[in-house]
Parts: sequence; structure tokens; C-alpha cells
Amino acid sequence: MTTRREFLVLAAASAAIPQAAKAQLDPNLAANRKAAFRAALKQIVGDSPVRAGRVKLTLPPLIDNGNSVPLSVSVESPMSEADHVKAIHVLTEKNPLPDVVGVVLGPRAGRASFATRVRLADTQTVTAIAQMSDGSFWSDAAEVVVTLSACLEEGLI
Amino acid sequence: MSPRLLLLAFFVVARAWAGEIAPEQRRSGYEMMSRETQKIQDDDATNPGMLWVLDGEALWKRKAGAADRACADCHQSMRGVAARYPAFDPARGRPVTLEQRINSCRVDHQKAPPLPYESKELLALSAYVARQSRGLPIEPKIEARTKPFLDSGREAFHRRQGQLNLSCSQCHDDNWGKKLAGSVIPQAHPTGYPIYRLEWQNLGSLGRRLRNCVFGIRAQVPELGSDELVDLELYLMWRARGMKIEAPGVRP
Amino acid sequence: MARAVVTVPPRAKRGEIVEIKTLAQHAMETGFRRTQTGELIPRDIIRSFSCSYNGVEVCRVELHPAIAANPLIAFTTVATESGTLQFRWVGDNGYTVTEIAPIKVE
Repeated sequence: MTTRREFLVLAAASAAIPQAAKAQLDPNLAANRKAAFRAALKQIVGDSPVRAGRVKLTLPPLIDNGNSVPLSVSVESPMSEADHVKAIHVLTEKNPLPDVVGVVLGPRAGRASFATRVRLADTQTVTAIAQMSDGSFWSDAAEVVVTLSACLEEGLI
Repeated sequence: MSPRLLLLAFFVVARAWAGEIAPEQRRSGYEMMSRETQKIQDDDATNPGMLWVLDGEALWKRKAGAADRACADCHQSMRGVAARYPAFDPARGRPVTLEQRINSCRVDHQKAPPLPYESKELLALSAYVARQSRGLPIEPKIEARTKPFLDSGREAFHRRQGQLNLSCSQCHDDNWGKKLAGSVIPQAHPTGYPIYRLEWQNLGSLGRRLRNCVFGIRAQVPELGSDELVDLELYLMWRARGMKIEAPGVRP
Repeated sequence: MARAVVTVPPRAKRGEIVEIKTLAQHAMETGFRRTQTGELIPRDIIRSFSCSYNGVEVCRVELHPAIAANPLIAFTTVATESGTLQFRWVGDNGYTVTEIAPIKVE
């Protein structure tokens, strides 16, 4: 049972909503962002099918802070001239923009692997798509839970 | 003494002791983070704080001010320095933070203007100095002349304040390890300062972090460099005595 | 002032796959944040990163606002020959940073 004190503290913490969120209270927000995700996906793969597999997207399942989430992608591939990963794309479905990063690789990479840190606006599914040298597309998805940190400093330095 | 009075006395004393964390139970905020965030701190190649450390190294060697002197002209290794701050400054008659000490050196010895609090340059210099104490135990010197300030900081840590009528101690001594709005409440030991805080996406000082906390509990926020803030920093460093410095730390 | 830091193994065997880690100091302002008075803070991000190995591009990255501040970019490359790795970050408002690192391949 939540005590009154716990309730007050939680209320205070959740009251610190970032300004950007307030400015984006679009009633169709979720639907619009999903549509943007699909459009971004189409931009990358066109009409080709995308198969799940060969790609491994690694994200912490429960993250400390949505401002900086370690993300890594690796793809099973010999990375030879004949058979390699040409590009890796990462997309989100709930961020203000669906595109996160696009990486162009080639046989010189040795391994199809990449790591960075990303911003995630909300609990959501993140998708990684690999474009192969034979024109095929493969993908992996990972679900992440994003929490808000306590004791924010809105308006303060 | 009547049994009832004895029982009352026991609870009063037990309550006072229940506040502080036993020395062997103290844990750095590092241990409360996810493994992924820990890895960011562990590797100098991925720790964003290192960008400031390198900037600090360059600034350390650069001549500045009317005296045209670099920090490096007077100082060699700064190993162990950050571990004993806040330290007593005889000129001011009170303890000062590392940032304040850097600024008084700039003004007195380099004849240069002080750097603003939380400026990139001041953070870079304090990161460079603090990095050199990495792995060393925190050891602020408490003696007759610093004790009154320690007591003032201790009092501030235990004082209920603000709209929520909360004291630092209630969360960080009594409820550490539990969750507040999805995040784990740390014990609040300043082991990694200046820290790269993921929430700030920037490096920041202990003073900045404490102002966030006080703002979070809806209390009057003390100014950076104010006496009450520095006294609190002194108490926190004393409370963390013996714990290892991790600067530049990464925190959520 | 260090605007970027690169970590490259100083030596490697021919054909070995080496790990490269890079960090750039940049706020990566998304363009979605607002000031206290509600004004939109304009976007200011690093847009692209590239790595060339003795003049041949071996990695290129297109960055979007979803990349966290002070971006980490880590990737691999095959140690083909001794020489120089050149790293380049290009972003909004004329931001350009170049770093070089030697690599010795035996």
C-alpha cells in the first residue's frame, strides 16, 4: 500500500514533465509515430520483405536513464566481398523521429558489429535492420523499459 | 528507572542510531546502477567524463592570467588532493570545495578571473585533478577548526525541509536500495565527482547534484558555492570516508 | 581542447580484426527541447562520422537526434597494413572535427 508520503513524493517527481513532452501532446501521437516508423522502414527497404534473424540487437531491458542507452548491433555474416552486410539501420516507434542511426559497412569491417548510445523517449520496441550485399533485409527487435529519474532539475542548473 | 521509561529511552536511542548506515554496509552509487551503465564508467574509451579530463590536462598546462602562469608551473602530481576536499582554507577561515580552491589559485597566483561554477573549463580542471585520486580512499581532514562545519553539514543532512518536509537522511540513510519513481535510491556517497550524469548529458559537480536533490524535495535551493552547500558536501565526504574515489564517475 | 577521443590498438597482426572506439564531445541538441519560456532550442547535432584507413573509407555513420550526447561510436576494421586511421565528424553549424591515429600492422 502506498503511504501518503510515498504518494506525495511520486506526485512531485512525476510533475517534472519535460517541456518538449508538454508541447507534443498530440491526441494521435502514438498512431502518428507508428506511421512515421513504417514510412522510415519503407524508405530503407522499399517493397522488399524483411526477415527476422541473423541480426542481434542488444539493449538493456530496464535502463537507468532514457537519455543515454547503450545499444549494440551485430550481424552474422562472413563479411567477404561476395557476402557482407552493406548497412545497418536502427529505428524506433515512439521517439519523435523514427531514425536513430545508419551505419555503412563493407568487407573492410571484418565483423558486422557496431555500438553506440541512444536516446529513448519511452518504453518501446527498437528495431535493427541489416541490408545484405545480396539485396536481402534481416532484422531484430528489442523491448526496453524506460523510467524517469527522480529528483529532476527542470529549470535549474 | 521504571520499565516503561527504560523502554522509551531505548527506543529514543535506537531511533537516533537507526539513522546512519553502518560503515561496512556502505555502497557506492556505482553498485546501484545497471551493469551497462557501470561498463560506461569502467572503460576510459567510453566514459564521456574522459573528454573533460583531457580538456583539463590541456588547461593545466596552459599559461593564464596577468601572471602568465600555468597550473603545471607550480604543481606536479595532484594525487590524493581530491580525496581530502572540501579542505580548510585559512584565508577564508572555512572549508572550501576543490572548485573553489582552483578558483582561488587562479585569482591569487595566476592573476586570472575565477571560472564560473559549472563552466566547461572549471569542470575540466576539477575532473583532471579528481581523476588523479581515482582508487584512493576519501579522507577529508576533520579537526578542531573543521568540526563546526561538519556539524553544520550533518545537521543539514538530517533536517526536514521543504514542501515535502523530507530530510536527506530519510531517503538516503533509511530507505536506500528501495525505489523512488522507478529509480533505486542510492546511499548518496560522493564517490565519483565530478560525475557525468546521464540525466544532464553533461559533467557536473557535487554542488549541482545537491541542488537537484533539494529542488526535487521542493525545498529552498542553496546557491552554488554557498556556505550551507559546502558544509553539506563536507559532511557527505566525511560520511563516505574510506570509500574509494571513482572520478570521473558515470551516474544515471 | 580535446573535441574527440579515439581508442585504437597501436599494433595488430595482419588480418586481425581490431576494435575502434571513438567519443566526441557534443551536446547533440535534438531540436525538440524548449527553454523555460517555451521557445524551441534549434537542432544542433553531429550528422555524420567517417573513418578512413590510409585514405580508404572503412566506416560511415549517419547520426540522428536520437544519438545520445557526447556520442560513442564503436566499430571494427581489419588491420590490413600499417598507416593512419583518419576520423571525421561533421555536423550542424559548421561543426567539423578530425582526429588521426597511427596503426602498426605486422
